Amino acid sequence: MLARRIIPCLDVHAGRVTRGQQFGRAEFGELADVGDPVALAIAYNDQGADELVMYDITATSEGRGAILDVAARVAERCFMPLTVGGGVRALADMRALMLAGADKVSINSGAIADPELLTRAADQFGSQAVVLSIDVRARRPHSRASEPDAQADPTTAPRRAAGGWDVYAAGGRRATGLDMLAWAEQGEALGAGEIVLNSIDGDGMNTGYDLEALRALRAAVSVPVVASGGAGNAEDMRAALLTGVDAALAAGIFHRGEVSVAHVKRVCAAAGLPMREVAA
Amino acid sequence: MSFTSVVIDYGAGNLRSIERALAVAGLSPRVVSDPAAVGEPDLLVLPGQGHFGQVARAFRVSGFESAVRDHVAGGRRFLGICVGLQLLLDGSDEAPGEPGLGLLPGWVRRFPRGAAPVPQMGWNRLTKGTDFPLLTGVASGAYVYFANSYYADVDLEHRPAASATTEYAGVSFLSAFSLGNVHATQFHPEKSQTVGLRVLANLAAVTHGAAA
Repeated sequence: MLARRIIPCLDVHAGRVTRGQQFGRAEFGELADVGDPVALAIAYNDQGADELVMYDITATSEGRGAILDVAARVAERCFMPLTVGGGVRALADMRALMLAGADKVSINSGAIADPELLTRAADQFGSQAVVLSIDVRARRPHSRASEPDAQADPTTAPRRAAGGWDVYAAGGRRATGLDMLAWAEQGEALGAGEIVLNSIDGDGMNTGYDLEALRALRAAVSVPVVASGGAGNAEDMRAALLTGVDAALAAGIFHRGEVSVAHVKRVCAAAGLPMREVAA
Repeated sequence: MSFTSVVIDYGAGNLRSIERALAVAGLSPRVVSDPAAVGEPDLLVLPGQGHFGQVARAFRVSGFESAVRDHVAGGRRFLGICVGLQLLLDGSDEAPGEPGLGLLPGWVRRFPRGAAPVPQMGWNRLTKGTDFPLLTGVASGAYVYFANSYYADVDLEHRPAASATTEYAGVSFLSAFSLGNVHATQFHPEKSQTVGLRVLANLAAVTHGAAA
């Protein structure tokens, strides 16, 4: 049986790992420096992380050079799956990241601007290399009583009960008018081989993942789904995986040393989730 | 005595990881994009990523197919990874018009829809056959990393004794095998941490044994 994955995430700005809240911005001094990406990657590799995700959160030309360098140095030392994203808008961006050592490339705003990019990427590199990253905020319903269908049709209840989710672009800065489930379904049809769902509300807040969104997305697509945004402890990651998604991603709780990957795996395994055991 | 390996570059994907992992295993890799430059290495590696049809076409167009066939016919070691394993079979549902190399009777099929997420993306278990030197020191049940939507469907009568299987989406598929000098893994040894490095070290050991 396929193991569920625990994935540390490194937000890389100017060659350093940073951490903020609710998509805080580097240019406003809202991000804390938490370490050297290569040293952190090696530590997570040793802890038995199932995969690493790195985002270039500057996505400028300077940032691009930095992320390529970091990816290459991580791939040199860590024989584990590596996903890299941030500012990917063309096949050339994707090719450069893969040549640097990425196995999968995460595409977010680039796919919103040009959905066919997902298809070209899948044709060139295979769907298994194409990750669609979606940033969402929960849509606040005026009143649940105004949506009587929520009780009438249990198959759509999660979507209706939460009022749905809006997709944001440009690192959470711009509303797109896209609905999360519709965009995810379109992305899968276009060629994405995995979907990472980032809750902007939860980012860095340690309040837990948006479980309703995860359940709704898991039911809507047949590609693997990765939960992101909100992990405050091992139990939050367990709760995410218990919704049926394939992987849970976290940043701050690992970077600050609050929990280890191995501890999270033990907590999840105790709940009956299939986890890859880690050699002592 | 030193050993050499050549990694085939057909223009897609991440080759840095397999190159680095082969180096750690002591197999002195060179990455080659021109079939004429393959030479006569102790080990030829086809790291497959992406689409079966694209890989098969790149083979034929670039001339790597004959380089691989000559290498294998010459009795030297070959390792196919992921689509590089699939290409050793007769063909694939992913590109039915593109024949495989036909070195192992079998067909490549897509995991059934609805049973589990596709692609299979992540760590899954190996169930070892009885005598499989590639997995020496690797426990049956060990986890290795997969990223595939298609799998090798090989009849029991054609399955090499030296092989491993893995279960996904209700299917038990051939996840690794050795057939004489031809070795193949559906999983990615270069992404499977210590277990993967052990597989490559085992391959170096059998290559060493053959050359000694």
